[in-house]
Amino acid sequence: MLKTFNLGGVHPPENKLSADKKIENLPLPKTVFIPVAQHIGAPASPVVKRGDEVKVGQVIAQSSGFVSTNIHSSVSGKVKKVDVSADSSGYSKQGIFIDVAGDEWMEEIDRTEELVKEFNLDGSEIVKKIQEAGIVGLGGATFPTHVKLVPPKGMKAEVLLLNGVECEPYLTSDHRLMLEKADEIMVGIQLLMKSLQVNKAVIGIENNKPDAIQLLTEKAKEYQGVSVVALKVQYPQGGEKQLINAVTGKEVPSGALPIAVGAVVSNVGTAFAVYEAIQKNKPLFERIVTVTGKGVSKPSNFRVRVGTATSELVEAAGGLPENTGKVISGGPMMGRAIPSLDVPVTKGTSGILLMQEEESKRGEVLNCIRCARCVSVCPMGLEPYLLMTLGEKHIFDRAEEERVMDCIECGSCSFTCPSHRPLLDYIRYGKGKVGQIIRSRK
Amino acid sequence: MKKIFTVAPSPHVHSNDSTQKIMYRVVYAMLPLLAWSVFVFGLDALRVTLIAVVASLAFEYLIQKFLLKVKPTVTDGSALITGILLSFNVPSNLPWWIIIIGALAAIGIAKLSFGGLGGNIFNPALVGRVFLLISFPVQMTSWPVNIKSGIDAVTAATPLGIIKESTSIADALNSLPSITDMLIGNTGGSLGEMSAVLIVLGGLYMLWKKVITWHIPVAVIATVAIIASIFWLINPDVYINPAYQILSGGLLLGAVFMATDMVTSPMTPKGQIIFGVGIGLITISIRMFGAYPEGISFAILIMNAFTPLINNYVKPKRFGGK
Ligand code: SF4
Ligand code: SF4
Repeated sequence: MLKTFNLGGVHPPENKLSADKKIENLPLPKTVFIPVAQHIGAPASPVVKRGDEVKVGQVIAQSSGFVSTNIHSSVSGKVKKVDVSADSSGYSKQGIFIDVAGDEWMEEIDRTEELVKEFNLDGSEIVKKIQEAGIVGLGGATFPTHVKLVPPKGMKAEVLLLNGVECEPYLTSDHRLMLEKADEIMVGIQLLMKSLQVNKAVIGIENNKPDAIQLLTEKAKEYQGVSVVALKVQYPQGGEKQLINAVTGKEVPSGALPIAVGAVVSNVGTAFAVYEAIQKNKPLFERIVTVTGKGVSKPSNFRVRVGTATSELVEAAGGLPENTGKVISGGPMMGRAIPSLDVPVTKGTSGILLMQEEESKRGEVLNCIRCARCVSVCPMGLEPYLLMTLGEKHIFDRAEEERVMDCIECGSCSFTCPSHRPLLDYIRYGKGKVGQIIRSRK
Repeated sequence: MKKIFTVAPSPHVHSNDSTQKIMYRVVYAMLPLLAWSVFVFGLDALRVTLIAVVASLAFEYLIQKFLLKVKPTVTDGSALITGILLSFNVPSNLPWWIIIIGALAAIGIAKLSFGGLGGNIFNPALVGRVFLLISFPVQMTSWPVNIKSGIDAVTAATPLGIIKESTSIADALNSLPSITDMLIGNTGGSLGEMSAVLIVLGGLYMLWKKVITWHIPVAVIATVAIIASIFWLINPDVYINPAYQILSGGLLLGAVFMATDMVTSPMTPKGQIIFGVGIGLITISIRMFGAYPEGISFAILIMNAFTPLINNYVKPKRFGGK
């Protein structure tokens, strides 16, 4: 029996249309818009101004605290302006506009493909370099990686878990990376292990990627302490708590961080970024993005410079299909619908999904028939129908008691509800309110 | 003009399951039983079901449209289920106007006055049945003869009736149909409670289609089986063999099709087991010590009343303990 997490879960159609498409470099755009907030935490502060010449990999906005990261230029050229524009949230955010000229990289970056295995940095030096390179969780959560690598006082990591699950339908960027950059990922894992002072790392991969499981299992033999587990396909296995549970059997207690059970979780894409940052001196300014959708003529996986407009990716994948109704940044379960194709790719953009008109419509909302499907699929053991009612009726104290804050917003409840009830919409609302109440108590 | 896309919060996909599909799966599960009732009781059975269904749909439509002034939901399949289940719980010779009153009680009182589908506390079909049982006790308990049995009589006794009326168990066993006949459904009784085999088949279909889970039916049946076995083992001269308790009357029909009604049963597996055990206990108590030969309808309705309480106290297993 394959391992998986113990509570709930759903299995949406996988639709991995781009799984066998090699990663291609997206042609350089003419301009980029690089937001200064591409991570969870404080936005970085711009250190360039209009008219400045910048190179690829140059810091253009500096980290403004511990939970924050540097932002590097992804192109070379001239800073056009520092201004606001819409990012994937749909809100106007501050960022740096650069007109692209040539492709001149910082001298210290090693642009060769050659694999560099050896390193002789100690743990804190690795963390420092990761911090400088602006690395965040590339699975979509965009939490600054260096913060995770420094466990709170009195806590110690025992195992590093690598998320190669890619449980969101359609997305294939991690899958492709595992197939094409397996050694680099392994070295990245060694670096992360060193920084955490753990001697065990486990890569979790869902069973719908047998080629990646096989390749990484083979590679892992050459690297000390690394192993691979095949997991049953089950959404949301890529959720941190679910992955830990699937691999180790442990449950992270309500309200606690993974480190409470001795685990640190990192995405395989993040491990690759760590490799590049440390072995190649290359900060994080590009990533793999899947462009996909039922009507897309060339579903693809691109290596994209941060700040590139979504429209460029769509063009390269064969253009915008006629009947596109919704554009999702990320996957269909947790991604964000973006209002226009001007929105730039950022560090957290794992995919662009073009949904057809019919697919994008929500069904008519009917009465709750108390079928308990939402309860049985909730991976956190919550009662979504009840949390929705409590949110709707503004009964926030009860919502807190019913552990609304445990909700990981995976969307399994709304996905499943036969009455098309907008469960997660109201639960999010309730979470927001309860969060405010909790903060006001402190 | 630049194209503006639909913006909505995640998730952006849906399982494509629908309330209507679930309801129709229940209907499919009941069709073999309907066919069997026609086979056993003749076209009279079809007459009863048709009247109950048409009346239920009509009341749902008329009350929603003209009295409540909301968008009628007749097509969601739930009133159809109520109609069929109501007919399954009455004798095949019931006069048409009594059936219509039953449908009015089910749809008007039990369902729509509580806010319609999902709002009701009590199973509508059972409210209809109990309403009729209290209002028209004679008509509701005069059972037509199974046309397959070849006996020439106007009314026949149900197995449970025989058990209740008989002076001793030996006497009852003489007049009771064989276990095989009860399994197949070659006895007397309400339309839908005849064939144990077909009820179980319908239940398995619903399990397969994930309309129900095993917890409630198993809890009800196991409870009745255990209690009946204990009494039978202590004194087989006074208490009937547990197989008869399980196969007779509406126990299986109730356990599989009515106690599992998702609207009126608890949400968590643990809650469902408590609910099922409660139904089993009340049913067997009524059967053994009560005035009515059958107790499953009352038992389900009583436990329906406890469902909100159970939901309040029996929580699902939370991730991360506590
Ligand atoms: S979105 Fe929240 S409530 Fe809904 S299934 Fe996921 S964790 Fe449970
Ligand atoms: S899945 Fe929908 S209809 Fe079923 S209990 Fe949950 S909210 Fe109600």
